[in-house]
Amino acid sequence: MTRTTTGTTKVSGAADASPARLAAEGVTLAYERRTIAERLSLDIPTGSFTVVVGPNACGKSTLLRALARVLAPAAGRVVLDGRAITEYPAKEVARRLGLLPQSSIAPEGITVADLVARGRHPHQGLFRQWSVADEAAVAAALAATNTAELAGRPVDELSGGQRQRVWVAMVLAQETPLLLLDEPTTFLDIAHQYELLELLRGLHRAGDRTLVAVLHDLNQAARYADHLVVMRDGEVVATGDPGEVLTAELVERVFGLPCTIVPDPHTGTPLVVPRLPA
Amino acid sequence: MSVQTPARAVVLRSAGGGFGIRIGVRHALVVAALLAAALAVGVVSLGTGDFVVPLGDVVAALLGQGDRRTNLVVLDWRLPRVLLALMLGAALGAAGAIFQSITRNPLGSPDVIGFDTGAYTGGLLVIITSGTGYLATASGALLGGFATAVVVYLLAYRRGFHGFRLIIVGIGVAAMLASLNTWLILSAELNVALAAAAWSSGSLNAVGWAQAVPAAAVLLVLWAVAAAMSRRLHLLELGDDAATALGVRTGRTRLVLVVLGVAFTATSVAAAGPIAFVALAAPQLARRLSRSAGVTLAGAAAMGALLLTASDYAAQRLFAPTQLPVGVVTVSVGGVYLIWLLITEARRR
Repeated sequence: MTRTTTGTTKVSGAADASPARLAAEGVTLAYERRTIAERLSLDIPTGSFTVVVGPNACGKSTLLRALARVLAPAAGRVVLDGRAITEYPAKEVARRLGLLPQSSIAPEGITVADLVARGRHPHQGLFRQWSVADEAAVAAALAATNTAELAGRPVDELSGGQRQRVWVAMVLAQETPLLLLDEPTTFLDIAHQYELLELLRGLHRAGDRTLVAVLHDLNQAARYADHLVVMRDGEVVATGDPGEVLTAELVERVFGLPCTIVPDPHTGTPLVVPRLPA
Repeated sequence: MSVQTPARAVVLRSAGGGFGIRIGVRHALVVAALLAAALAVGVVSLGTGDFVVPLGDVVAALLGQGDRRTNLVVLDWRLPRVLLALMLGAALGAAGAIFQSITRNPLGSPDVIGFDTGAYTGGLLVIITSGTGYLATASGALLGGFATAVVVYLLAYRRGFHGFRLIIVGIGVAAMLASLNTWLILSAELNVALAAAAWSSGSLNAVGWAQAVPAAAVLLVLWAVAAAMSRRLHLLELGDDAATALGVRTGRTRLVLVVLGVAFTATSVAAAGPIAFVALAAPQLARRLSRSAGVTLAGAAAMGALLLTASDYAAQRLFAPTQLPVGVVTVSVGGVYLIWLLITEARRR
């Protein structure tokens, strides 16, 4: 495969052995006439917990939306299991790949159980609208996200942290081997951010799911990712194991933030400490 | 496990698992009760009028055991009108539910955003240019409705679909079309103008089997499509990104739904003229009764059928023997609802 992006530091990560099920091949991403990224290529290592980081407007969410075929690339293609993602029927993609978008709308008055049940759509048909498997998947998703006791509550009445767990439950009910999450921790307070990240790590460890999340916080990214993707100005600048990728030099080059990297006292993962005049 | 206010549902499933469906109990009960009420009003309507038929005789006639005179009154004169009120009410309710769902706004209803008015313009143009044949008028109404939908959709389209923009543009287009309609009637010859004006507020006074049969045939097809599209309609409510991720082709789905909603609206305009406010009120009233998540097609249709049969009964009886157009009744009742809706929507912001 050809890499057209220049200046990519590739550090082999732990989960990088098997061929990627999901990859972007020379994609150009644009909204109307505004180009976000040109000829971008990226492999998502199968079985990894990949986290994409980068400054605001670097194109990380746009890339994730393209990987989830929510945004059609202006050029290039996204490949899912060896074929262009656009060649699959829409529901077939939805059985392999789930997305938690940055903003979703809960219909007024919908209950948690009903919202989570909507995640089963790709597995249902006109006559097979509610199978035993649907029921089991919804129950498992509610249990995994610790939202089973909220099942009968209207989503409008929940706290921000609870609501985000319910949305995660909906994409879990979809039972896809690939799960993409677009800034899942935004709008959550710090305790709920870690609660959600722990939930994602638990999901990743429990099965052979591949997780891809866009995060803002470098320290959280380094702590939870086993594969880090760093972007700037629509380009992938570095990929690989966070411990090797995340250097003071890189953070300064990408974010323009002078810093020192110290090992996290609890986990040993890189911790970014800004070095700013007092 | 303790669950607060459980969402009670029953599951129907075939032994092989090839068929399975989950039904919210409260929603199903509300739909059944509304339909039963609409049918009851319909049966009462069949018995009332200048020639009063006792309830027992009405039922006998419906079962094919009435005498010749009762059959004539109940089956030939009154039944098509009652059936049309039921069918068109359901069609208007469904059209309202579709547009309120895709605009995510209780104001997004075909009578508010100009599709009724445009369908009426189409019918009016046919009446003025080539006379009053039913099928010609109906085709004019369908074309007018679709042309209006295309214009509103294109004017409202900017970097994707925006429900609120569609409503604002639609209200503007509706106002322009309403003045065009007035001008058309004023400049037409007297007998044409009278025929057109009687139709202008929506009336079931002059309908018979000639309108009921074609309308029923078209609506059956539309209902089959609506049933197949219903789940995708509800997935679109989650937002385009989430719906796409769940395997819905959002652009194509929305297009089919808009065409379906316009077809429901135009079919009813073709049969009975623009009957306002049923599409606006029915989905929201049904939603409040059934406490469903958002509007539902079945609830809106059942409520629409009840609203229109009851309104038509009132239109016949309020100032009997003078017959009001049913649209006058729905406008009077619906106007109050619209004011209430605007006040509560304004307070929420």
